[in-house]
Amino acid sequence: MRVALFATCLGDTLFPEAIKATALLLSRLGQDVVFPPGQTCCGQMHVNTGYQRDALPLVDNHSEVFADDDIDAVVVPSGSCTGSIRHQHDIVAERFGTPALRERVARSRAKTYELAEFLVDVLGVVDVGATFPHRVTYHPTCHSLRMLRVGDKPLRLLRAVRGIDLVELPEAEQCCGFGGTFALKNAETSTAMLADKLRNVSGTDAEFCTAGDSSCLMHIGGGLSRLRTGIGTKHLAEILAATEHSPAPKQGAHA
Amino acid sequence: MSTFLGMPSAPPRGTGNLRGTEPFPAAARDELGNTQLRRNVGKATRTIRDKRLAVTGELPDWEQLRSAGAAIKRDVLARLPELLEQFEQAVTARGGTVHWARDAAEANAIVTRLVRATGSDEVLKVKSMATQEIGLNEHLASSGIHAVETDLAELIVQLGDDRPSHILVPAIHRNRAEIREIFLRTMPDVDPELDDDPRHLAEAARRFLRERFMRAEVAISGANFGIAETGTTSVVESEGNGRMCLTMPRTLITVMGLEKLLPSFADLEVFLQLLPRSSTGERMNPYTSMWTGVTDGDGPQEFHLVLLDNGRTAALADQVGREALHCIRCSACLNVCPVYERTGGHAYGSTYPGPIGAVLSPQLAGMHTGPDDPNAALPYASSLCGACFDACPVKIDIPSLLVELRHQHVEQAGVSAESAAMKAASAVMSSAPRFSTAQRAARLGRLLGRGGRIRALPPPASGWTDARDLPVPPKRTFRQWWDSDEARADLDRARREGKGFEA
Repeated sequence: MRVALFATCLGDTLFPEAIKATALLLSRLGQDVVFPPGQTCCGQMHVNTGYQRDALPLVDNHSEVFADDDIDAVVVPSGSCTGSIRHQHDIVAERFGTPALRERVARSRAKTYELAEFLVDVLGVVDVGATFPHRVTYHPTCHSLRMLRVGDKPLRLLRAVRGIDLVELPEAEQCCGFGGTFALKNAETSTAMLADKLRNVSGTDAEFCTAGDSSCLMHIGGGLSRLRTGIGTKHLAEILAATEHSPAPKQGAHA
Repeated sequence: MSTFLGMPSAPPRGTGNLRGTEPFPAAARDELGNTQLRRNVGKATRTIRDKRLAVTGELPDWEQLRSAGAAIKRDVLARLPELLEQFEQAVTARGGTVHWARDAAEANAIVTRLVRATGSDEVLKVKSMATQEIGLNEHLASSGIHAVETDLAELIVQLGDDRPSHILVPAIHRNRAEIREIFLRTMPDVDPELDDDPRHLAEAARRFLRERFMRAEVAISGANFGIAETGTTSVVESEGNGRMCLTMPRTLITVMGLEKLLPSFADLEVFLQLLPRSSTGERMNPYTSMWTGVTDGDGPQEFHLVLLDNGRTAALADQVGREALHCIRCSACLNVCPVYERTGGHAYGSTYPGPIGAVLSPQLAGMHTGPDDPNAALPYASSLCGACFDACPVKIDIPSLLVELRHQHVEQAGVSAESAAMKAASAVMSSAPRFSTAQRAARLGRLLGRGGRIRALPPPASGWTDARDLPVPPKRTFRQWWDSDEARADLDRARREGKGFEA
């Protein structure tokens, strides 16, 4: 299958290890991975901050790049960016776009999958042949959980990893407090939410906290690092890409 | 040129207690520092949350009930004018009197006039959000009429000269030691030995209220439901104090929001399952009172129904935002909200706190009264985690409504530093070459960090670095790696590793 990788603006710029891991994992699983170079950002930050008009050029660019019929599927290692493509692009296109854009948005949306969805639902794999001999706890991000309904798919993938010591995160479904610009506009409330998440993560005694979104991991990891907890963060893709021959890179929160 | 069609182009916004005095982030700052509040609200919301999950999870058709609730509410809003007229006719035919109030001031004036006509200067109150919304008690007090709240939690709030902080549990921010102190300080004839045993506190309130039930001539209530078909009005409660008010006094005045209508009596089948299970986490609430007009020799002999708009028509005019009018005031969204759990209800400023308040208050009262309208900050008081949507018994998509209101706010707000930054970001990020250039500039961020982390940044980013580190940008972006020989070698190796491993 010809699979286009959507790196997301945050992943491309700040967390390339997670995107590299996604590319390597999908290649290992026999997919023909391509990276359309015209891609940039899905526009989620603009839409969620109220700037739908300014999101239009981003939605336009994204659908232009990914609606391409040569692409069979678009894989996104982010629940919230997938959520934006699936639930917000048509709002912007409907309000400000042309009929042609609406049609393109529909085509790109129909073949876009979050990573765990793609592995379990499209490829039908749970055991991806990974080895990761570390103690890990999984934080289900809000948008993967409640916008995409990925359910236990990421956990099923993690349970099949060799050597992993997967420990349950208490109050896992509680938001970490990131919320994009919420973390800046309501920094103190966001911090109060993060404090409880950090307490729960620390209590698991894990070496790594993992999730399907680099943005939430940036938030949780930023707190773990500030408090010198010695707990790192790893994107789900990094754990699934790690094998006996190619272990995940050493760094945790700051790759 | 527009043609005058005999109607004002924009329906009036609501007035009353629908707007705080400071924006949410500032109000939240004070509340976050209140350790007692954090403890009380955290504990109470967790308890109700678990109870709700138990009683909604046991119903095999819970999701269908939610869909039915949403469909009925959609239908009501689609033909509200015709249903309201049907309701008015039915109430009138059964001996009630219907009054129409455009806003809080009109509603207060009507109620005050009706109470004055009875000659009474004391009225009993059934717990009601609509009368909180219009500030009825304060208005009555200014006319020399004393309103006595009879719901236990409302009484605690009233005696403590406090504000409610939760739709269902208005005194959720108080613990029993504080309640004991309030009773000792404010209740006439209270036993000075009163301790903080909940049974003793309830007994003290019972004594205080019983005396007032026996002498009251007038009661004022809200309404959970009004049935257009029959003219029936209904109040759903736990304590029975509402039932006392609805049955004992001679005159009953009910203030009901326009959107509380249901088309037919049979619709209660859906809502009397949805409301108690979502609200208190009970299969059925202890007291459900229904009355239709007046009945000779039984209950109040005079019944007035005040139908309150106060911004509801304005909300209805918004095709997206009108979904907020589905709300049945169960408060499930408050109990699951991570923001509400930490800030409590007062930070929202309005009678309606929590996620539903953050969409309802700006729609009822508007959010553009000035550059610093506190209501304009409410749609941003959410991380968009979506827990409220999952909990809502009538499937109000609160996160989408918040995003919609943010859009409406930005459209009206004019130019700011933020809007300029967003416009610039849009220009950069809509083209890959411009984006790559910006990525190279971002790498300068490497200079800001030590040991791989950035620990301090200027405002507004300081909001982040006050409590969290930020990773320094990596040496190479993903797309730089992708274009490298190293990437081609790594990807080749991965493909070889995968041979024989069939996906």
